[in-house]
Amino acid sequence: MTTVGEIRAANPRMTCRQVNVYYGDKHAIKNVSIDIGRNEVLAMIGPSGCGKSTFLRCLNRMNDTIEGCRVTGTITLDGQDIYDPDLDVVLLRAQVGMVFQKPNPFPKSIYDNIAYGPKIHGLARTRSELDQIVETSLQKAGLWDEVKDRLKHPGTGLSGGQQQRLCIARAIAVSPEVILMDEPCSALDPIATARIEDLIHELREQYTIVIVTHSMQQAARVSQRTAFFHMGDLIEVGPTDRIFTRPRHSLTEDYITGRFG
Amino acid sequence: MESHSGIAAVVKKTLNRRYRAERRFRRIGLAAVAVGLLFLAVLFTAIVSKGYTAFQQTHVLLDVYVDPDVVHVGNLDSADYQGLIKASLRELFPDVKGHRDKRNLYKLVSSGAGSILRQKVLEDTSLIGRRIQIWVPADDDVDMVIKGHVDRSLPESQRRLNNKSLAWVDALKEQGRLEKRWNLTFFTAGDSREPELAGIWGATVGSFYTLLITLSLSFPLGTAAAVYLEEFAPRNRWTDLLEVNINNLAAVPSIVFGLLGLAVFLNFFGLPRSSPLVGGLVLTLMTLPTIIIAGRAALQSVPPSIRDAALAVGASKMQAVFHHVLPLALPGMLTGTIIGMARALGETAPLLMVGMVAFIVDIPRGFTDAATALPVQIFLWADSPERAFVEKTSAAIMVLLGFLILMNGAAVFLRNRYERRW
Repeated sequence: MTTVGEIRAANPRMTCRQVNVYYGDKHAIKNVSIDIGRNEVLAMIGPSGCGKSTFLRCLNRMNDTIEGCRVTGTITLDGQDIYDPDLDVVLLRAQVGMVFQKPNPFPKSIYDNIAYGPKIHGLARTRSELDQIVETSLQKAGLWDEVKDRLKHPGTGLSGGQQQRLCIARAIAVSPEVILMDEPCSALDPIATARIEDLIHELREQYTIVIVTHSMQQAARVSQRTAFFHMGDLIEVGPTDRIFTRPRHSLTEDYITGRFG
Repeated sequence: MESHSGIAAVVKKTLNRRYRAERRFRRIGLAAVAVGLLFLAVLFTAIVSKGYTAFQQTHVLLDVYVDPDVVHVGNLDSADYQGLIKASLRELFPDVKGHRDKRNLYKLVSSGAGSILRQKVLEDTSLIGRRIQIWVPADDDVDMVIKGHVDRSLPESQRRLNNKSLAWVDALKEQGRLEKRWNLTFFTAGDSREPELAGIWGATVGSFYTLLITLSLSFPLGTAAAVYLEEFAPRNRWTDLLEVNINNLAAVPSIVFGLLGLAVFLNFFGLPRSSPLVGGLVLTLMTLPTIIIAGRAALQSVPPSIRDAALAVGASKMQAVFHHVLPLALPGMLTGTIIGMARALGETAPLLMVGMVAFIVDIPRGFTDAATALPVQIFLWADSPERAFVEKTSAAIMVLLGFLILMNGAAVFLRNRYERRW
């Protein structure tokens, strides 16, 4: 099936061409091609089981951890094929960070949560450099003022919204180029959700963000481009305001007007 | 269509029935728990009531003249100390004449009394030539009389002590020369043919060395196997087969492991028979499946989101496992290991096959010395004909149970202290 709309971006950070994903015999993603532009927020929407999370997990090869999962096609990051056998997946994941549906801080202190990534990658030579990274990351995630006095407290003791911002800070700490967010607000209350959405706006200036969301309002609020998935097909992609006002494909229209979901 | 009140009445009827069923189920459950506790109580009372007397031993107070003609600086080690003991007994009962009577008289005191006297003299040679008072263990037959385990109304021929001996015992008792004292020997000695000289220290040390071998082999091996199988191994027919086999190994009767140990470690490798080394190796084989299974369960209980989190910031598979998953799974793995060790401590059958059932008097001094283990010691004593070994058996069971409760308590403590709920 061909995708309706404009799959190309002017200045792409990542490009995906003819991507297919199979779970054993199941064809989960069918021939998807899409660009992800620099400093844009791309929202991926669609009904449950449409493959949007699966596709997201292709972008930093988290699918590698799933038994029986096979990916074909090409995905590039800054022109480099990320499925190239010579490419180190550890390096890729340092460049493409990820935030998960359910906040998953390590059961360690707030400080250690942030410091872990920089430590294993050797990003800080001294303790004070590490302190600096932790502070900057927490500030960017808008969490610094709330936790600066209790950096040694366990990260799991924070509220759900704070935990999710901690996870965002953890992803930022290794200075990625792209941040993938898999329904980052689905476990949060509306106030915490609003804070995360504000944060996404701010982060966009420095990072490329791909967000999977169930909430069309959220997609409309945070993203510049929206991609609509259905049954493993990328049905339509285009500027967010156009998708929500003048969808071209009937499936997209049915979905955003709430006729199925 | 029934009215609202009609439906309520119908529901009410079924409600009563449902509540009755629930109450019935609760009562059955309580009864089951009560029966279990009852059996446990019976078991413990039986063991304790039989065994507590073993912690005391009847001693005899003797006035011994350390005859310088018998003991002098030249023969401190080899002098006839038992002879001195016998002389003091003759002094106490000067009327006893005749060879047989004298022999019976000497039998009132443990054959180990001489070595106790020797120990005293060796510590303080100034005792030579003096008259000293010394408490020595009575013979186990006397001990049984004092503890009331002998029926005096039986005809003389069916008793271990004849009428004369009993009269001597009564005389000693009247003079205040018989006393039940704390039985330190039981905790410091190795096995002995004489119940009053037998102790569990040898078996305890043997068990300790054996478990040390078991722990130092099965924990690292079991943990490594569990981590590899759970985190790194591909899921295919071979690993499925492996898993089935590990689960089967956990259910293999322990005597089979003993036979394996006999064939492999003793006959093929020629390792020393009866040694804690071989016992430990056999118990390692037996404990490994338990530890692997517990370890895998502990690893499985760490949520995948933790692995995802580590991988997503760029940790390698190995780093994700060793920095995050393993530390979280470790309390569970340790609990499994302790429970496995407790099982190994109580295991008898495989040790019989590798010769740890031998009668060993000396305290083992290393991994290759001949040794026995606590449960095997219990087995040996339970098999002994002397009445006095009955209480020793129960007392040894109490000691073993004490260790087991301690280990299981440690497992529960670890679980409660470090277990994380997700």
